[in-house]
Amino acid sequence: MATSPVSRRDLFKRAGAGAVVGAAIAHTAVAEATAPVRKHHWGMVIDTRRCVGCEACVIACKIENKTPPGVFYTVVTKEPLAGSTTGKPVFMTKPCFHCENPPCIPVCPVNATYKRKTDGIVVVDYDRCIGCRYCLAACPYGARYADFGDEYDLLPMAGENVSPEYKQYRERVPGQSPIGNARKCQFCMHLQDEQGTYDREAGRWPACAKTCPGHAIIFGDLDDPESEVATILREHNAVRVKEELGTEPSVYYLL
Amino acid sequence: MTLKRAFWVVGILGLIPFLWAVYVRFFVHPDASNLGSVVPWGLHVAQYIYFVGLSAGSFLLSSLVYVFGMKRFEPIGRLAVFTAIVTLLLALLTIGLDIGHIDRFWHVFVFVNPTSPMAWMIWLYTLYLVLLIAEFWFLMRSDLVIAGRVPGMRGWVSRVLSIGSRDTSEGRITRDMRWVRILATIGVPLAVMFHGGVGALFGVLASRPFWNSGMFPIIFLVSALASGGALLVVASAIFQQGWKAHRAMILDLGKIVLGLLLLDILFQISEALIGLYGSDPGFVASFELVVAGPYWYVFWFLQIGVGFVVPVILLATPFRRDPRAVILACGAVVIGFVGVRLNIVIPGLSPEEIRGITQSVTDPRMASSYFPSAWEWILSFGIGAVGLVLFALGDYFLPMTRHLPPTATQD
Repeated sequence: MATSPVSRRDLFKRAGAGAVVGAAIAHTAVAEATAPVRKHHWGMVIDTRRCVGCEACVIACKIENKTPPGVFYTVVTKEPLAGSTTGKPVFMTKPCFHCENPPCIPVCPVNATYKRKTDGIVVVDYDRCIGCRYCLAACPYGARYADFGDEYDLLPMAGENVSPEYKQYRERVPGQSPIGNARKCQFCMHLQDEQGTYDREAGRWPACAKTCPGHAIIFGDLDDPESEVATILREHNAVRVKEELGTEPSVYYLL
Repeated sequence: MTLKRAFWVVGILGLIPFLWAVYVRFFVHPDASNLGSVVPWGLHVAQYIYFVGLSAGSFLLSSLVYVFGMKRFEPIGRLAVFTAIVTLLLALLTIGLDIGHIDRFWHVFVFVNPTSPMAWMIWLYTLYLVLLIAEFWFLMRSDLVIAGRVPGMRGWVSRVLSIGSRDTSEGRITRDMRWVRILATIGVPLAVMFHGGVGALFGVLASRPFWNSGMFPIIFLVSALASGGALLVVASAIFQQGWKAHRAMILDLGKIVLGLLLLDILFQISEALIGLYGSDPGFVASFELVVAGPYWYVFWFLQIGVGFVVPVILLATPFRRDPRAVILACGAVVIGFVGVRLNIVIPGLSPEEIRGITQSVTDPRMASSYFPSAWEWILSFGIGAVGLVLFALGDYFLPMTRHLPPTATQD
């Protein structure tokens, strides 16, 4: 029997080394797939003391996202605080809170809505959503809206009506998404660059925060200790709405 | 029988506006409902849970015959299974007209989300529908073969439905009935899970204090049984040989319906008292809308008056010995439960989740109040008309009575 150039001992060694390398590669791959890839945690601090109730945020949002009638990604409520003796209203702009534990997501029968792993933004896949509106019922904050297909009467005269949402640039066509879908604030995600960051100086900043004349809507990365939002949260006692539900909203209020 | 003819006439007349409204719903004014983002579910969702309740209820009562072997109720066994099929189809039709993209219904089988009660509900009722149809086929098979020998339209339909089956021997019927027993037995936990799941769909939502209760799936099951039983009484009074032939059974079913109604009201009271005592503002607001809101009459007249007081008086007093009174009582239950369903869905959604949100913008889609639009009403009544036609078709073409001797011919 001719001796093989590779001894059995070598063969075992090589096989062993191969297995180790293979295992290492697999381990890295698994680690990559499972490790938190969270790069940002976009959130807001809304300073109600600075809000004058002008509702520029509502308008800016409508113009930016080209939302149809009945769909508002943010609204401004004007109610006195509970127990107020003066009856003076507190203005509160209310975008989606992009909860860390969002009740709207587990209820979706088709996984059409999910929280982005990279930056925690809660999004809707328009092409998957069947329009059952269960997420509207499940959201404790009224942050989701159903698009029933209403149109502004005069808008076609004003020119094109293409929404930049999700960088999908959809034209509004009867019967086609996002008509018939659930819609919501996505922190003007289409203004992010390839790295998933916003740039205030360049104007790539959520429309409501960018337009607010009183700087009442402060947007930023809650995970970045240097950000304005993180600084404010360190220095002030901010509150979140309906904490008791355990939803962990990413939007804080200063009262 | 004149009532059957009335079924045909009303049903077919109702189909015309229905088809027109369906066309409008999909091609002209998809935005014609009065729903919004505060009250995203309305008349059609209420109607949907009404029909699935009737379906689960009548199926579970058919199990008295096919699982628990209570021969007394055998004459309505097939009718019960048929009622379960028709009402489930009506429920699917209703929800199909309600959701935004019905063309994507298959997504629920492809993009699987096991944490969604709605997904579970859909998977389970798909299985349930298949099982119902299979069970119904085994029940009727030999009679379809016999009816298939008759010339004409009825014979042709029976031949098609028998799918090439020829055997009418006793042995084959025994095997059929074994299959029926197996399917019906699997169907019981399936129907409980499926309809309990409908209750859970509402019950799991912590955002809606009016629904967020462990009682919800149980209440759904009990009210499904009560309303399903009542519908069976009404159906057995109208179809086949009519109420005179089913006298004793109708009286028995009346007792069952009474018991279920009382159990249902017990659960409802428990739910209301616990919720009110906890005085969660959302729960109290919903409760106030039910009893003293703009549609208070739906609660007091439809739900309590027609759906509870009238039937309990008829079923608990000596009237209960007159099958006509039992039928009337059960008809009242069937109608009154429409109010029960409306009062689950809409008041649960109406209260503001964030104070002032409905005042923050002036838009009908952001209103707390909801009243169905004319189109919604037409669709709803039209679905009722489809139901009448399906019942009439079933009564005309399908052998609803017990097994025929092989020599029998159609009446």
